[in-house]
Amino acid sequence: MKFRSILAASAVIVATGFGTATIAQDLPMPVQARQGQFKMMGLNIGVLVAMARGEADYDADRAQAAADNLVTLSSIDQSFHWPEGSDNMTLVGTRALPEIWDNLPDMLDKWGAFGAAADGLAAAAGEGLDPMRAALGPVGNSCSACHDDYRASD
Amino acid sequence: MRRLLLILVILALVSAGAFFALTMPDRVAPEELADLTGDADAGGAVFWAGGCASCHAGEDAEGEDRLILSGGQRLASEFGTFVAPNISPDPEHGIGDWTLAEFVTAMQNGISPEGRHYYPAFPYTAYRMATRQDMADLFAFLSTLPASVTPSEPHQVSFPVTITRGIGLWNLLHLRDDYVVDGDLTEHEARGRYLSEALAHCAECHTPRDATGGLDRTRWMAGAPNPTGRGTIPALTPDELTWSVEEIAAYLNDGFAPDFDTAGGQMAEVVENLSNLTSEDRLAIAAYLKALPPVGE
Repeated sequence: MKFRSILAASAVIVATGFGTATIAQDLPMPVQARQGQFKMMGLNIGVLVAMARGEADYDADRAQAAADNLVTLSSIDQSFHWPEGSDNMTLVGTRALPEIWDNLPDMLDKWGAFGAAADGLAAAAGEGLDPMRAALGPVGNSCSACHDDYRASD
Repeated sequence: MRRLLLILVILALVSAGAFFALTMPDRVAPEELADLTGDADAGGAVFWAGGCASCHAGEDAEGEDRLILSGGQRLASEFGTFVAPNISPDPEHGIGDWTLAEFVTAMQNGISPEGRHYYPAFPYTAYRMATRQDMADLFAFLSTLPASVTPSEPHQVSFPVTITRGIGLWNLLHLRDDYVVDGDLTEHEARGRYLSEALAHCAECHTPRDATGGLDRTRWMAGAPNPTGRGTIPALTPDELTWSVEEIAAYLNDGFAPDFDTAGGQMAEVVENLSNLTSEDRLAIAAYLKALPPVGE
């Protein structure tokens, strides 16, 4: 009996310890929110990339849904995701470069360019594999354009 | 006293002579290339694998404009900032009046037609391992591109880096005639090694440098500080880069990582170049990366 409760207690301790270690080290909410936003972008782009590469069969409905999700994500107002002091010099666990806060309007323009590319993708995604593939390139380029200037390489 | 002076003068003359002899520009003779005929179509593949456009196309050039090799891109380093020259077929500002022998001398020995050493920001140390046929094909391809009259800009370097003859000494240390990765490679991996070590010069960014600015061959592709001063360039050894061969090859074609993150920085341009290769060649590069000795720390 006693043994079982000790075992249970240690299990709880181990589980909590493990839990704390795996949650993104208590990053501020805005950082977690923007990272979640980029993960959702990655998930939806991934659906389209798999089709573009021929790893998955082209499916007009799935392609359209993924592209529409990207348009929706691009419409999220960024006002609350980028507070001062959330750069990679200040926090561990983000790759956001301090340059963002020197050029915030430019960074937001690049976010806008992603929106424009996503609109183009949504117009083409359901029209066939080749049109979707052609419209996917500009979306990837819009990601890179911002990463080039505002994200650390590691 | 006079005797000491005499000895010093002789020593100085001997070292000057040795410096002069050791740093003598080494030229390729036209006779060595007499039976080569360049094929411009085949040269296109060498051009994209060699990444020429990454430095020699104008800054921010996109699409077809990446074939106008007017130069102008800047490469930061701790030795100064190097500016890529015009290598378009314009006879005055580019390389339009070069012979094949002059071209091969530049590409593989790092020596200009005027007999000056190029700075090793130009990766002749890698291209040295390329086949002469590939060099002839590349030369033929370059001559089909549009000419540009943009003058080449001077490098932004200061003394003593300005003494290009000193690069002759640097070459004694770093201009090698062997591959870094040796041992038993399959034909496929060996093709990947040729593409990576001789043409695409991946190591120029992905391998750390020693105090003289040469690549540290004992830490090949182990990742390195970014010369722009921000962040690091990732390691490509199999203990660090754990993507599958197929994932690496797909990334080199479309720039999407396995988590659908995108290539950024200079790698985005590398992907643009490598997307022009055959998928077989991209798979070969991936296979070569998997054959690298792990460097894990």
